[in-house]
Amino acid sequence: MASGQYPVAATVCIECHAQLPLRDGLIVGEIVQCPECGVELEVVEVEPIRLQLAPEVEEDWGE
Amino acid sequence: MNIGLLHSRIRAEEKMLLEEFKRREIRCEEIDVRKIAFLSGHVTWSRFDLVVDRCISEAQAEATLAILESMDIPCVNRLSVRQVCGNKLTTSLALERAGVPSIPFRIALSAESALQAIAGVGYPAVLKPIVGSWGRFLARVNDADAAEAVLEHKSHLGSPMHQVFYIQPFIEKGGSDIRSFVIGDETVAAIRRRSNHWITNTARGASAENCVVTSELDRISRDAALAVGGGAVAIDVVETPDGRLLINEVNATMEFRNSIDTTGVNIPARLVDFFVGLGAAA
Repeated sequence: MASGQYPVAATVCIECHAQLPLRDGLIVGEIVQCPECGVELEVVEVEPIRLQLAPEVEEDWGE
Repeated sequence: MNIGLLHSRIRAEEKMLLEEFKRREIRCEEIDVRKIAFLSGHVTWSRFDLVVDRCISEAQAEATLAILESMDIPCVNRLSVRQVCGNKLTTSLALERAGVPSIPFRIALSAESALQAIAGVGYPAVLKPIVGSWGRFLARVNDADAAEAVLEHKSHLGSPMHQVFYIQPFIEKGGSDIRSFVIGDETVAAIRRRSNHWITNTARGASAENCVVTSELDRISRDAALAVGGGAVAIDVVETPDGRLLINEVNATMEFRNSIDTTGVNIPARLVDFFVGLGAAA
């Protein structure tokens, strides 16, 4: 597994180590964007909150 | 009532739907399709009165819906609707078969024939991948030189799906188009999407404002929804310079985050009304 793919305890960005302002009510599967580097992080656990790098957008994604 | 909600990434829309189910105290089980495995021959999902597809991935959605429908579990939208809407060619064919006014299109299966097809449409023309959304990988080609370049890139760099060339004439739409929302047999709301760019998806930065649902817009929207198989769909409509409405695309897992305050219509509530009705009838 590549670096950054492991779920880590939230509050710090996996990519740039900036502090993450996490809003209340996050649920598993939601995306948090780092305000510093812009990377997208997916919520994989909520108690406690753990994040991992979100998958890149795929060709077949959409509405 | 027991509802299942298929998802992977949770967008604002999925969260709003989950909150609406919770507010009404309707049991809604979140099903992350990335975490499930199906065992053939085993019907394990019969606890659901209805499964709502909110998958962001076309391939994951189609695989999951195919399995669930084989177990006779009611799904919305249905697999057939998802398949028709998930592919611009099948969408266009369904609209054409139903006689719904839509942007004309041509299909070519090689770069050479695509170049001829584009010349037949005339410049500028629009090239689209048959699968994909959010205005990604669209190309407006203004002349033969641009067409040759785009086609060469797609031929060499794209997946096999990019070798099916979907071509439309460029419609001068005055900097905006319309997105209407059809739930069941009703056009519940519409927005006008404005942009300085020729691509007017809100995912690409277009602004949204309320659009009055005229009788003409209502009729063409409901006709388009019916043509793809019904359910809950979002429809992209363009107005031609001579005032005609033409369907551009139909979306099977509508995004509506920018359209609730804009229209004053509680779209997630209307969707949950619809889902509850389907679940009760199942």
